[in-house]
Amino acid sequence: MKIVIMGCGRVGAQLAGLLEQDGHEITVLDIDAYSFRRLPPDFKGTALLGNGMDEEVLKRAGIEEADVFVAMTQGDNRNVMAAQIAKHIFNVPRVLSRIYDPLRQEMYETLGLECFSPTTIFAEMVKEKIES
Amino acid sequence: MYIVIVGGGRVGYYLARGLLNEGHEIVILEKNARFCDIINEEMGSVCVQGDGCEAAMLAEVGTGRADMLVAVTGDDEDNLVACQLAKHKFNVPRTIARIRNPQNETIFKKLGIDVTVSATNIILEAIEKEVPTHPLTHLLTRSDKGLEIVEVRIPPDAKTIGQPVKKIPLPEGTKLALVIPMNRKPVIPNPNTIIREGDQIVALTSLELEEDLRAKLTGL
Repeated sequence: MKIVIMGCGRVGAQLAGLLEQDGHEITVLDIDAYSFRRLPPDFKGTALLGNGMDEEVLKRAGIEEADVFVAMTQGDNRNVMAAQIAKHIFNVPRVLSRIYDPLRQEMYETLGLECFSPTTIFAEMVKEKIES
Repeated sequence: MYIVIVGGGRVGYYLARGLLNEGHEIVILEKNARFCDIINEEMGSVCVQGDGCEAAMLAEVGTGRADMLVAVTGDDEDNLVACQLAKHKFNVPRTIARIRNPQNETIFKKLGIDVTVSATNIILEAIEKEVPTHPLTHLLTRSDKGLEIVEVRIPPDAKTIGQPVKKIPLPEGTKLALVIPMNRKPVIPNPNTIIREGDQIVALTSLELEEDLRAKLTGL
């Protein structure tokens, strides 16, 4: 699959590496070139400097042919905006975004955006560990 | 009306002052404590410190009973999220967002934001009007309907000078509304109105036809 990942933080970079190992074609976007250092040394995909909320940048990243778009920046709002552009303007078949704020995540889920909240997932995981 | 303003920067500040003077009930949500203090000192307690993109914060200021939410922070994504929360979580009837990147207008409209205001476009239009040689000025644009009102100036070298309006093959779907001659009173054009040098012609057109309209009106 052709996958565009916006945000090359720890999670984004690791995700890019893992997906590439499985044979997917990856493009990673970030507004800071320095964050590409986190990519695995043998990363063969594309690392593109630019803002994922900009339609032109998304086009350059190949969003029009992408099967999956993942929004993984630190900013919830940036993620939902880019994800909605990917979904509603470029009609990417599968769009995922990270939203830290559980309330916002809940609302966008009801609006039909596939999103997950690390806050909720992590809290539940730790709770389970404690109680088991 | 009860109006929630997200963002207490310069735009939020002057908007709040204007709305207060008109007698509206308002609240400003601003993240920066210093900005909040300045506003509250000058206008009374109208500013609450907090993030207008958080549902909890919006609930706290009673967004559920708001007639309108205006998001005027400097970040398009924040304005989008504030408006979407207002619309979908609090059923606010009208949402207005400031956008900085004119490109974002499409996505905002698609996502149900009622009105978008792009400062960049407004500045461009204002400058256009002040450039005397500019052949076409945008007076009003309704991009959601694909319609606009433009003003075309007839330059001295226009091929249409001296011709009546009926001789000009205007593109289908455009209409001349007003002719403002240089030294005479404006007239509503009829088929026999003669085009003269320096006329300012106000016309209705669609976005796609504006260039064609200008070309036909000036013959250039």
